[in-house]
Amino acid sequence: MDTIDDITGAPPPAAAPPAESAPPAVTRVGDRVFLGLSRGSGITLLVIMAAIAVFLTVRAVTAISGDHGNFLTTFQWNADATPPVFGIGVLLYGTAVSSVIAMVLAVPVAIGIALFISHYAPRRIAAPLAYLVDLLAAVPSIVYGLWGALFLVPHLQGLNLWMDHYLGWTVVLKQTYQGTASRSLFSVGILLAIMVLPVITNVSREVFRQVPRAHEEAALALGATRWEVVRMAVLPFARSGIISASMLGLGRALGETMAVATVLSNSSTITSHIVDPGGGTFAQNIAVYFGEATPFGRDALIASGLVLFVITLIVNGAARLIIARRKEYTA
Amino acid sequence: MKLQRKSGLRALAVGAAAVSGALVLTACGSDNNSTTAAPSGGSSSTAAASGITCGPKANLLASGSTAQQNAVNVWVKNYMQACSGSEINYKGTGSGAGVTDFLNGTTAFAGSDSALKPAEITQSKKVCAGGQGIDLPMAPGPIAIGYNVPGVSNLVLDADTLAKIFNGRITHWNDPAIAKLNPSAKLPSTPIQTFHRSDASGTTDNFTKYLIGAAGTDWPYSGGKAWQAKGGQSATGSAGVAAQVKQTAGSIGYFELSYATSQSISTAQLNTGAAQPVTVSSDSASKDVAAAQVVGTGGDLALKLDYATKADGAWPITLVTYEIVCDKGNKAATLPATKAFLNYIAGTQGQGALTALGYAPLPDAIATKVRAAISSLS
Repeated sequence: MDTIDDITGAPPPAAAPPAESAPPAVTRVGDRVFLGLSRGSGITLLVIMAAIAVFLTVRAVTAISGDHGNFLTTFQWNADATPPVFGIGVLLYGTAVSSVIAMVLAVPVAIGIALFISHYAPRRIAAPLAYLVDLLAAVPSIVYGLWGALFLVPHLQGLNLWMDHYLGWTVVLKQTYQGTASRSLFSVGILLAIMVLPVITNVSREVFRQVPRAHEEAALALGATRWEVVRMAVLPFARSGIISASMLGLGRALGETMAVATVLSNSSTITSHIVDPGGGTFAQNIAVYFGEATPFGRDALIASGLVLFVITLIVNGAARLIIARRKEYTA
Repeated sequence: MKLQRKSGLRALAVGAAAVSGALVLTACGSDNNSTTAAPSGGSSSTAAASGITCGPKANLLASGSTAQQNAVNVWVKNYMQACSGSEINYKGTGSGAGVTDFLNGTTAFAGSDSALKPAEITQSKKVCAGGQGIDLPMAPGPIAIGYNVPGVSNLVLDADTLAKIFNGRITHWNDPAIAKLNPSAKLPSTPIQTFHRSDASGTTDNFTKYLIGAAGTDWPYSGGKAWQAKGGQSATGSAGVAAQVKQTAGSIGYFELSYATSQSISTAQLNTGAAQPVTVSSDSASKDVAAAQVVGTGGDLALKLDYATKADGAWPITLVTYEIVCDKGNKAATLPATKAFLNYIAGTQGQGALTALGYAPLPDAIATKVRAAISSLS
């Protein structure tokens, strides 16, 4: 910048009118205002993050020091009892299991939809389809929750029985619960998969559109079929984009509150059978206990919120590491 | 720059979320603004038709129990219709949050499913200059046992059987213990699916207090607002439990009577040891409250229910909700309006509105004490 200013801004020696004897680096009011605004925005973000972290930590320390159980390994959540006994064992397990189910189901489907929209569908189908996927993201999560509790769960009964009969030997898919309509981590996982679908699809679709035309044409020129073009040119280029899209989706799945609270039947037990009711997630636990919590109980819930905050930070950090490493191959 | 496009999408999503959030919020908020054209009549006048004695115009803030929300909504609507210019805002935040608000001095009164604990009474002395917080029983409500067993009506249970069903010791509807209580019913062999509350609630607290008080060793778990027993499934809110019982064959759950009535869910009768099995109703819950003991001291009218009652026609699973105010040291600005409103809801008119809503009116003896306590508030 300096050199350019020096060249263009240097006044011609003789013909210059006196007004142009200003210093060479021109800064207008707008520049300064904009610099201030953008710097201020950056600082605001840092302050907000720091404020959240400090708030969570301070309240969490009060709660954890008053806990009569082990905060990490206790299963039950009895923060309002005397003495208070609570722990995040069940919540950690439930959050991880439901999110993993959601990602396993959602990522392949989302990539498929994105590929169809960007590479396979004729234009007059692609545009409405993309719009429909956007619409999925606009549905409020409580509506997903009601749909899940009143429609999805009763209709999953057949699938649960089928899986129990043919895949029960895997233990994971065995149903030991006697009744019907099991409000399980599995049903939560399916619901979360639908909820994160638009996030992953939209970002992946944009990334697929960025694939250089030249790469695809080169592959076609070598005699590749359309599937081979996708496999050799599109997917490798878009890999880091797909990962970051999935991480965005995972973030939503980890923190989803109302939909999970409406669908899941929570309990203070861990079961290896994901189609049995039971378990809990961090956000769901906060939602259902907050209203009636004593001040100490609130601190305990905030402590669990801190754990979720840290988990989300770790997930995001891991995603950035992966993307940074992949960049060398794709750029 | 693919990053730019991504952040654009995210911003869009955030925007959409914010807009839908705002819509939900306004939808909730609009309930409170039902100030319909009020009949004319200045402050401190009696609106003859409704029998409400209006206090001076004031803006009352209150918060707390959702169990009494339906009753309070109707009371507030009637009061504001009769007394133009008065504004009462009751937020159903849950009893815990309501009591916290009251102890912080941000509300004129709190609604709660349970009486103040000793520690909370000590704390209340800070807000109530020269006095303390007191509990005024106001809207008792029967908790119904709703069930969905095709082909079975007029189910009769007793405390022991109920406890065994909810702790998973009785697993099928044709269990001998149930058959013995229902000799004429054709009980199916389907498994029993129990539903309880997933959130902390006074309904769970009172239901488990009943099991502890009446079933003895058949209920080995502790009480409290959070469900402690293993097994069964849970749902959020009484509405959620009722919805699950309604749609699941072979299920049983507990919720306020109004949910059973509005969704026509069958309710079980209880064999309490009285001459006849007791049916859940406003009337039978009032009879139960009439037998309760006042355990509060001074103006405090906290009640202790006898869960093992054998009184004829008394429904033993009743939730008593309280309004919590200061006996002395209420804020001067809101005191007259608070007294006027409480007088209305504890009076014949206010209590008379309860039965239609699935609550139980206070029995006369207790209502008289409540009115006396209200008139001595200062």
